[in-house]
Amino acid sequence: MTRVAGQREEAARPAATAADRARRDRRRRRVRGAVGGAALYAALGAAALAFLLPYYLILRNGLATQEEITSPDWTPLPADPQWGNVTALFAADSPMLTGLANSLVVAVLQTGGQLLVCSMAGYALARIPYRHSGAVFGTIVATLMIPAAVTFVPTFVMVSSLGWVSSLRGLIVPGLFSGFTAFLFRQYFLTFPRELEDAARVDGLGHWGTYWRVVVPNTLQFFAAIGVITFIGSWNAFLWPLVIAQDSSSWTVQIVLSTYVTAQTLDLPELFAAAAVSVLPLLLMFLFLQRYIVRGAVESGIKG
Amino acid sequence: MNGSAPAARGPGRRPRARGPVLDRPAVAFWVFAGPFTAGLALFTVVPVLWSVYLSFFDARNTVAPTTFVGLRNYTDMLTSPAFLDSLLTFTVFAACTVPLMFAGSLALALLLHRARWAQPVLRSVYFLPAACSYVAASLIWKLSIFNGVRFGLANTVLGWFGAEPVAWLSVTDPPWYWLALVTVRLWLQVGFYMLIFLAGLQRVPRELYEAAWVDGAATGWSTFRHITLPQLHATSAAVLLLNLVAAYQAFDEFYNLLGTDGYYPPYARPPLVYLYFTALGAGQDFGRGSAGAVILALLIALATMAQGRFLGFGRSRA
Repeated sequence: MTRVAGQREEAARPAATAADRARRDRRRRRVRGAVGGAALYAALGAAALAFLLPYYLILRNGLATQEEITSPDWTPLPADPQWGNVTALFAADSPMLTGLANSLVVAVLQTGGQLLVCSMAGYALARIPYRHSGAVFGTIVATLMIPAAVTFVPTFVMVSSLGWVSSLRGLIVPGLFSGFTAFLFRQYFLTFPRELEDAARVDGLGHWGTYWRVVVPNTLQFFAAIGVITFIGSWNAFLWPLVIAQDSSSWTVQIVLSTYVTAQTLDLPELFAAAAVSVLPLLLMFLFLQRYIVRGAVESGIKG
Repeated sequence: MNGSAPAARGPGRRPRARGPVLDRPAVAFWVFAGPFTAGLALFTVVPVLWSVYLSFFDARNTVAPTTFVGLRNYTDMLTSPAFLDSLLTFTVFAACTVPLMFAGSLALALLLHRARWAQPVLRSVYFLPAACSYVAASLIWKLSIFNGVRFGLANTVLGWFGAEPVAWLSVTDPPWYWLALVTVRLWLQVGFYMLIFLAGLQRVPRELYEAAWVDGAATGWSTFRHITLPQLHATSAAVLLLNLVAAYQAFDEFYNLLGTDGYYPPYARPPLVYLYFTALGAGQDFGRGSAGAVILALLIALATMAQGRFLGFGRSRA
């Protein structure tokens, strides 16, 4: 509506007035800009505080005493940080220590394995001219239609038949074959410059050599982006570990934490200290690998 | 893994070896894609088919059932008030989270897009909750923010205004626990969707805004309505679909926030939690669990296709 009205107005007047209007508008905008800018940053700042609030609560409660938390008067920060809450979690053969170790092993191997297996499949689908390539791709896309969480019952049936319940294998292996990651790699490799691959062929490299010596070294950024997202997902995964890790020796850190919450075996400060310890590795990743995480999130979000 | 099978199946006109075996397309393809395809078959395709098979049997505590029951598992599920209630729970949950998430992430992205100063820092702050797991966030929500006693944060704030403490999670009437369920998801995910919108906004050509401004559509609302929103069409469709599928698969926050206090009924229970207790709880009823999984998978596939039809998203995906 506005645009139509605007065009008619524009047609009626000589073009020169547009420049006048531009100047007038710019002046008006500068005045409004200062007010608008303050409002903008007030809104952004308030939102930022709201987003940081839960992290503040973890930190405050994790380092406080039980009395400070349960006091009816709100203490903004503990008078005397109780680092003992954290060290108590790491007493000999504590479930937390086992949980952290399991989560690290699972997340590292799942990330590495998924990158390897899915990137190679993506390359084959993008670049190797094989007759049935289209059928394979169609099957993968079809499995994408089934939400991963709904397949946890069927996959549990399979994994328990293999005798992998409560094992690290059972936690890691079913997560390696992500149709979605293979799909992302295929889409990405389709945009890889063919000239580079052709040059490698001229140099006598086959598919294998081209992939490892030319394609992979030139796409490491993409690998990093997908890798960090996979790592975060794996570290924070809850449903599959809950299903498969039935014995406490195979619990991941999320299961340990969930058990603490539901059974309430620890006091409040220790619970929050445990939550802080479980989040810390990823917060450090966010600080240092921010660029890859943002890219990975956008890649996986947009193409999802 | 199964690299040799397709090559062996190929017709006799094998091209005369021009270089190493590894460079024949069929061999190379299966060397690269074989491990993935085998894994996908073993852990997704076969289990799903097996599950469909189980759904027609009485498979309590067994994965090798012998009693064929026809469609009884399906009729049991579709007439079970608990299962139907879980679908209702999902509908309510999606109706709350999807619009709020959409509006919240879009609003944040629009604000942040206009910020010239400190944009990277603010973006990091909004995205930081994505580092937190649902379990840890549920712990904060349950034991600090929405703790039903006087020292919980929400009750502390209410106390400043002289209000009585509210039992957020331990009472179902009024169902305040929904507030915790919805806000925890918003906190964790809004930043992620904001990033996607931000990426979308950065792809809108500047000339469009300049042209509109020359055309006189200078007010914020009309440029948003006529330029920004249409340009974000594909992004919006993606965000809506991702959100809907994610809401459908909600499990972690229901399990951890309501774990000890609230079991169904009277607390709401989403489909996956219901499925979890049916198939892996005390009963280990794989037959009905599988029937439920099949019904849910069909529903989500239908919803995906319907949304794809409405928003023209289906094509960009394949």
